[in-house]
Amino acid sequence: MTSSVFSLVAGRLTATAVTLLIVSLAVFVATSLLPGDTATILLGQAATPDAVEGLRKAMHLDEPAALRYVFWIAGLFHGDLGTSYANNMPVAQLIGARLVNSMKLAGVTTLFSVPLALVLGITAAIFRGTLYDRVVTFLTIGLISVPEFVVATTAVLIFSVYLHWLPALAFANEIHSVVQLLRVFAMPVITLTFVVAAQMIRMTRAAMIEMLGTHYVEMALLKGASRSRIVLRHALPNALGPIVNAMALSLSYLLGGVIIVETIFNYPGIAKLMVDGVATRDLPLVQSCAMIFCIGFLILTTLADIVAILANPRLR
Amino acid sequence: MTTLTQTPAPRRRRFAFNLTGRIGLAIVLACALVAILAPLLAPYPIGKIVDTDYYGPMSGKLWLGSDYLGRDMLSRIILGTRYTVGIALGAVVIACAGGVVLGMAAAVIGGWVDLVLSRFFDALNSIPSKLFGLMMVAAVGSSIPVLILTLAVIYLPGAYRFARALAVNVNTMDFITVARIRGEGPLYLVLSEILPNIRGPVLADLGLRFVFIVLLLSGLSFLGLGVQPPNADWGALVRENLGGLPYGAPAVIFPSIAIASLTISVNLLIDNLPRKIRDRS
Repeated sequence: MTSSVFSLVAGRLTATAVTLLIVSLAVFVATSLLPGDTATILLGQAATPDAVEGLRKAMHLDEPAALRYVFWIAGLFHGDLGTSYANNMPVAQLIGARLVNSMKLAGVTTLFSVPLALVLGITAAIFRGTLYDRVVTFLTIGLISVPEFVVATTAVLIFSVYLHWLPALAFANEIHSVVQLLRVFAMPVITLTFVVAAQMIRMTRAAMIEMLGTHYVEMALLKGASRSRIVLRHALPNALGPIVNAMALSLSYLLGGVIIVETIFNYPGIAKLMVDGVATRDLPLVQSCAMIFCIGFLILTTLADIVAILANPRLR
Repeated sequence: MTTLTQTPAPRRRRFAFNLTGRIGLAIVLACALVAILAPLLAPYPIGKIVDTDYYGPMSGKLWLGSDYLGRDMLSRIILGTRYTVGIALGAVVIACAGGVVLGMAAAVIGGWVDLVLSRFFDALNSIPSKLFGLMMVAAVGSSIPVLILTLAVIYLPGAYRFARALAVNVNTMDFITVARIRGEGPLYLVLSEILPNIRGPVLADLGLRFVFIVLLLSGLSFLGLGVQPPNADWGALVRENLGGLPYGAPAVIFPSIAIASLTISVNLLIDNLPRKIRDRS
């Protein structure tokens, strides 16, 4: 490791911090655009002007927007996410358990999609141009070009309507056994795995094809190395950087997918909480959820970039 | 100059689509036609309850079955084309026009204008698109102008980045230097020198972005945050009839197929664009 790598990584981290600041400003401005006065909306039509004035004071709505932004950011650093308008509970308390649920969903999906994508992406690249490759490419393009909810409805049609393997949309809230747990997780995980793996397969395939086209792979071929040796010893170690980069980038698609999947399957995660918050216009809740999503997204994309920097041997 | 002896055939061939491209083009044109002629094509008024049963099956009278209230599904999908295609088209035109103008300006002017614009759009780009849509709808409520503007703002940074990258490449070419030495202003450079040279890729990018916008719009409508009832685009139609999913009702399958066929055919069209358009840079 030389100082150039270090400075590149540091530069990338600084850029991420700046981005996060701009993003937080965007989130704050967007959620402050709400037409009408929040206090009036909360108290309803029967509110007296005194009550509205009191609530505005209590919620610091009478302060200038810039000051409210500073308060909000300071609160975020202390773990104080504000109080939900809808049911007066601390937002942190509402989000806590839901966040864990969403992380579970994301974790299980990652566990399934990464090996699947690695195997399919690398083999498709090796057997490039064959029927197998064309089938994989066609399926991934098909999956990428339809919305997540179409993938979800198709999965329900196949696995529960026609095959009767899994329940369709209704989910029990209490889980009594491992089988039930599996049944609750199955459909959301299947849908998300399809969505995320399709992205990963495409990017892995592209990275591997690039590696297989390099001069040293050609050299290995001319030396008479076997196909498996060329792939496993020559191409794969060098493709690992780009592949990990692709994995991290694809996982950021999980965030968009999670919003749809949690809604359609009624999964008690943070995305469902946020969509409900949008419906009831619960701004502190929406702000906090949005920040959590943006931070997750930034972590993944930053990670992808840093891996790409570290994996470039010319910088070492 | 030496093309006098050449037959016009190869010139036309360069503009020709291959088979996959033609299929894509045909479906896209069909969607456009349906969107324009929607009220004439729909067999029943969209609000009218024509079936005593809900989630009715496909039949001679109701080709695509009936929805959760017993309304004709075919008519609702035909009318939904207007919202899906119209909103997405409006948004993509605004996004690409804005992105290309700003991108070319940033490339030509350079310096701190370029830096500030690029930094700002990169930051906007790092907000997940669906989340951005959710926040805007939460903040300003959902109406069709708001939807078009929101979708345009979400996809403007991508169009900017793409156009800027292309324009930066063109900007280093000799004819630009010559034009600068000639004393041409930035406006002339952008309109007469750069734009003609990046037109093809920008058009392909517009198509790709159209697909993204259709996907996001359908997603938002599916969440109940896009087009509001009683109007419905294809995403909203899936949402409305989600209750029919456990029975495999056609009311939930066909809007999904409509979305998929539009997005896939636009993708096919772009992947198989004639050489002449694609390689124009």
